[in-house]
Amino acid sequence: MTTHKKLSAKEKYNVMTRGLGWDTTYQPMDKVFPYDKFEGIKIHDWDAWQDPFRLTMDAYWKFQAEKERKLYAVIDAFGQNNGHLGVTDARYINALKFFLTGVTPLEYGAHRGYARLGRHFTGAGARVAAQMQSIDELRHCQTQFHTLSHYNKFFDGLHDPVHMFDRVWYLSVPKSYFEDAMTAGPFEFITAISFSFEYVLTNLLFVPFMSGAAFNRDMATVTFGFSAQSDESRHMTLGIEIIKFMLEQDEANLPIVQRYIDKWFWRGFRLLSLVSAMMDYMLPRKVLSWAEAWEVYFEDAGAALFKDLSRYGLKMPKYHEQATAIKDRLSHEIWTTFYNYTQAAAIHTWIPSESEMAWFSEKYPTTFDKVYRPRYEMWAKMAQEGKRYYNGTLPQLCQVCQVPMVFSEHDDITKIAFRVSEYKGEKYHSCSDGCRDIFEFEPEKYVQSWLPVHQIYQGNCGGASVEDVLKWYHFNLGADNMEYIGSPDERRWNAWNGPKRLLAAE
Amino acid sequence: MAVTASKPGYHGPFLDKVENFHGNQIVYLHWEEHLMFCAALAFPLPPEMPFRDVVEKIIPASYSLHPDFEKIDWSQVRWMLDGKTFVPDLDKSLKDLGIGHKSLIRFWTPGLSGYRGSFS
Repeated sequence: MTTHKKLSAKEKYNVMTRGLGWDTTYQPMDKVFPYDKFEGIKIHDWDAWQDPFRLTMDAYWKFQAEKERKLYAVIDAFGQNNGHLGVTDARYINALKFFLTGVTPLEYGAHRGYARLGRHFTGAGARVAAQMQSIDELRHCQTQFHTLSHYNKFFDGLHDPVHMFDRVWYLSVPKSYFEDAMTAGPFEFITAISFSFEYVLTNLLFVPFMSGAAFNRDMATVTFGFSAQSDESRHMTLGIEIIKFMLEQDEANLPIVQRYIDKWFWRGFRLLSLVSAMMDYMLPRKVLSWAEAWEVYFEDAGAALFKDLSRYGLKMPKYHEQATAIKDRLSHEIWTTFYNYTQAAAIHTWIPSESEMAWFSEKYPTTFDKVYRPRYEMWAKMAQEGKRYYNGTLPQLCQVCQVPMVFSEHDDITKIAFRVSEYKGEKYHSCSDGCRDIFEFEPEKYVQSWLPVHQIYQGNCGGASVEDVLKWYHFNLGADNMEYIGSPDERRWNAWNGPKRLLAAE
Repeated sequence: MAVTASKPGYHGPFLDKVENFHGNQIVYLHWEEHLMFCAALAFPLPPEMPFRDVVEKIIPASYSLHPDFEKIDWSQVRWMLDGKTFVPDLDKSLKDLGIGHKSLIRFWTPGLSGYRGSFS
């Protein structure tokens, strides 16, 4: 009888990860892995890849199962105790609507994107890392659906997120962002998602949502956030590893990697403009302002990161100064846009309360009282006269980020930034120098942007009237859309909380 | 710069060519210094439409909600077409005025800069 020596942890790790790969002999490796060369990234030695996760599958299942047990215990308790009644205000639920329709489908997209990398990278170490992240992303998508399904029983706008993600005008912003990454080569995808998003910008997504949930007593959302957190730290490690690996493999990779970082910083920043509005406006109890978050997580942390990376020759992403220059406007420009088009959105909007406006004046001293407060005063007056303002005409969209062209010039708050490119006799409009550069580098790709406004005018979105289009979006008209004041969400909330308020008053 | 693609010479389809708009072309309009309207607005218009209809029908239907609107002196309005100063002849068509598919028309209304001068 032969006895086998028990493997050390390191040996076991090697056998269970890279040891599962092999060099093919029936077909040349280049034919088996045909998609990681065309971007021009040169890899000479895949074995130099440092595995960021240090996990084998058996250990992975054990950790994840433990996290799931804890999460689902909390979700059950939350449901049984009618946890939704404990949140600060029904307005808060609009942050969850944004999350479920705009972010959760991205988790699923990431699951698909990393599954592709898990097949197509030549190096077995990189494939294993991508496969594990792919499974993480599927888990995040599922836990988010499960957690938020409780809210779907009590609030409008949460009933069909996957369908909405594919059709609704403002959701084309996250959708096109991810599809741009998924249709790029594997190195661009991993730079876009693992580095530019998960490493550089992720705190600007998760801090607003998860701290916002904690501040607004939404324990269910806090719990799925915690459950994802240890996965996210592994994902960040992958993000920094891929950058260092590409830059250490060949000097010629530097300009390509720099261009990917420039592009995906700007695309991520534009995507986060939606989060800025959620953060400043949808949280009844505020965590910190968008401008403060930008200072902490980008101006300070980002500068430190790029200082560290400068030894590889990398520079801060192009146009980062412009992103910083508009930090005192971003959330207001987006919220007022949703206020314009709330009749066509599956969220509610409202005019901020007096105390919120005071908070804005304090947090945005150079912009709020000068520009945005008068706008809200004008709209409040119109609403009092029974003429709540809705913009009845569809807006111009940016060809690249697909956000309505609402962003002001970085050096002039009074003017919208218009950029235009000519390509093969047709005009293409973009919202910024960053988006224009992305278009002009690869117009062959962006001429096919599925711009919701143009698609509606071409007759591809259910019909010619607003009502036809909203039905095609699967909106419940008069419930999912329109002003918060007077909405079914508000009515139900007041009915549930009426007795509590009466008791408090006695 | 050529697109980075696994298939050399890749080119995506043109989704917004003018033929896709059923005889219309897209024209963007933007009333400067009135950011209550958060962006330029997009309109599908026939190229034969006289500019007079833009001023007398299209613009009022979308912009008259603003309290400044009735104060506009149309003889004083400054126009810009695709980045260049522009003096429209009201009786000429969009096509004859050089307003093409996805042209952007910005207009300024002197003396009017939004609600209480706030550019809103």
